[in-house]
Amino acid sequence: MVKVKIKNLYKIFGKQPERAIKLLEEGKTKEEILKRTNQVVGLVDVSLSINAGEIFVVMGLSGSGKSTLVRCLNRLIEPTKGEILIDGKNIVEMSYKQLLEVRRKKMSMVFQSFALLPHLTVMDNVAYGLKIQGVPRDQRVEKAKQTLNTVGLQGWEDSYPQQLSGGMQQRVGLARALANDPDILLMDEAFSALDPLIRGDMQDELMDLQSKMNKTIIFITHDLDEALKLGDRIALMKDGRIVQIGTSEEILQSPATSYVERFVENVDRAKVLTAESVMKKPKPVVYLKDGPRFALRKMKEHGISSIFVVDQGKKVKGLLTAERAAQAIKDGSKRLGGYLETDYAKVPPNMIVSDIFKLMDRGLPVAVTSQEDQLLGIIVRGAIIQGLAGEVGNNE
Amino acid sequence: MNDFAIPLKDWVNQAFERIVPFITPITNGISEGLSVVIEKLEDVLLILPPWAMIVIIGIIVGIFVNKKLGIFAGVCLLVLLGLDLWSQTMSTLSIVLSGTIISLAIGIPLGIGASQNDMFEKIVRPILDFMQTLPSFVYLIPAVIFFGLGKVSALVAILIFSMPPAIRLTNLGIRQVPDEMVEAATAFGSTRMQILIGVQLPLALPTIMAGVNQCIMMALSMSVISAMIGGGGLGRNVLSAMQTVDIGLGVESGIAIVLLAILLDRITEKIANTKGNKRN
Repeated sequence: MVKVKIKNLYKIFGKQPERAIKLLEEGKTKEEILKRTNQVVGLVDVSLSINAGEIFVVMGLSGSGKSTLVRCLNRLIEPTKGEILIDGKNIVEMSYKQLLEVRRKKMSMVFQSFALLPHLTVMDNVAYGLKIQGVPRDQRVEKAKQTLNTVGLQGWEDSYPQQLSGGMQQRVGLARALANDPDILLMDEAFSALDPLIRGDMQDELMDLQSKMNKTIIFITHDLDEALKLGDRIALMKDGRIVQIGTSEEILQSPATSYVERFVENVDRAKVLTAESVMKKPKPVVYLKDGPRFALRKMKEHGISSIFVVDQGKKVKGLLTAERAAQAIKDGSKRLGGYLETDYAKVPPNMIVSDIFKLMDRGLPVAVTSQEDQLLGIIVRGAIIQGLAGEVGNNE
Repeated sequence: MNDFAIPLKDWVNQAFERIVPFITPITNGISEGLSVVIEKLEDVLLILPPWAMIVIIGIIVGIFVNKKLGIFAGVCLLVLLGLDLWSQTMSTLSIVLSGTIISLAIGIPLGIGASQNDMFEKIVRPILDFMQTLPSFVYLIPAVIFFGLGKVSALVAILIFSMPPAIRLTNLGIRQVPDEMVEAATAFGSTRMQILIGVQLPLALPTIMAGVNQCIMMALSMSVISAMIGGGGLGRNVLSAMQTVDIGLGVESGIAIVLLAILLDRITEKIANTKGNKRN
């Protein structure tokens, strides 16, 4: 069932949007329009539909228009042209009163900067949306308590936001959004301000919550890993346009070169980047002496489906997949020796990324090894795309 | 000497001659009303004997602000009593307080208006600049024409001088509220009024309180100058010290004004700070 449908949406920041749209139709670029009309192009002909109950990720680098898009959905930014249908009703043409009603009941927003109100307690922040609807105090306190429990913040009701850590503040932000019981959650880079560990936790928790609540979540991010992890479907944006929409599988498996080319500013990056620059630290690994149960637990801990096996000298002995590890447990084996895949890709650190891409067709990670066969790093598909997108060096 | 001349002086004088007969009946009415307010307030301040008043003010400040400041207030007032300036101090206090209250009652709503509407802000700003920089003697003259010599003219001068900081700082405080908080409140479906009352005003409160503090300080400094048009109070002592070259009297009344200023400043500052820091 389609929940949100966007049809040919445009946003121009400036005083003569018609002129800019006309120039866009003539095929002029964002830069040319900025130069000629002094207007900033936010969104260009965006059309997409989002199904009820899915996590729809909009991804793009900064300036790609993803935040503008999400703000058009609740008209924090007024769209210039186009339609946004939510449950079949066009938001763009709604009166102010109807719009307030939609903002209060239909959708809530979670912000990158948390945007909690510093003069209110955690409890009052969470109950804010209900308060402005005129819900009586005891009812909204009840609801706020319930929601705070859902996000694991019971006992913090009377604290002020500043007394909480970043992760906890964003839990308050999430609770505030959930307290209204909206159908749609708009999350604008909701976890980007958090440090990586906490971010991972929050992502897990969001997915956990989503499996219970079944909301329609529109999640904005610039982080490909996050997009791949959370998104049922992902839309990639560049210069205000949607470049590709697909599931994370589709985006990873059909490396639509045209997409890579368009998404990546510098087409030749793939020929410049080396294995070394996109690999992740060789963690986790298991040692040859470890048993299959231990290996399986490590994979589970890190959310991966295969793991490299090394000997004491860090020399790679093979790749252990989760299925093979399970097989070993079934067979009652305490050793990993006979269960390793040997048919995995092994590349030197100076190999060019575009060549590595071809080796990854099976979806298995690639080992980066030294001349002495020591494991230096691991490359997964997401890391390559991220490297191409210009986020080299973020190897954590 | 010069062919190009703007006869502003003549225009203004002519305009005044025409306007005065129409306006004075109205201003006289206002004048009577205001002078009653000021005198009533002065009577209230003088209703109790100084000793009782000192103790009461000390205790009130001690309870509502803090103990140290309560003691300080008591000592300051005691000095004022010792200098035999009690009734003048109360007279100044009454005109300063009524000036401040009226200033805030008009200034804060205007400041809120300016913060909500860019056009309105653009109109208000040059007027505020005008009010703050125009030498006070210039408007003391028309004030006297309209309201007569006395406390009401002094009050009008005080209003002109003390209202700008209240307007400016209210406007500034509200505009300084981070956009993201206003955006969040909007996203949850708040109306503009709900955003103003629930988000902008509480977050702007420390700045607005700084405006209140400034407003009181301005009122006090103008109360001295306005003694020239019959403002009375401590200002009159300063004026007569000047006229009679009585250095001793000048120092006495000068110190009294300083003590009163410090007292009012510390009290309002403390209130502003406790309001602003409660949540940290």
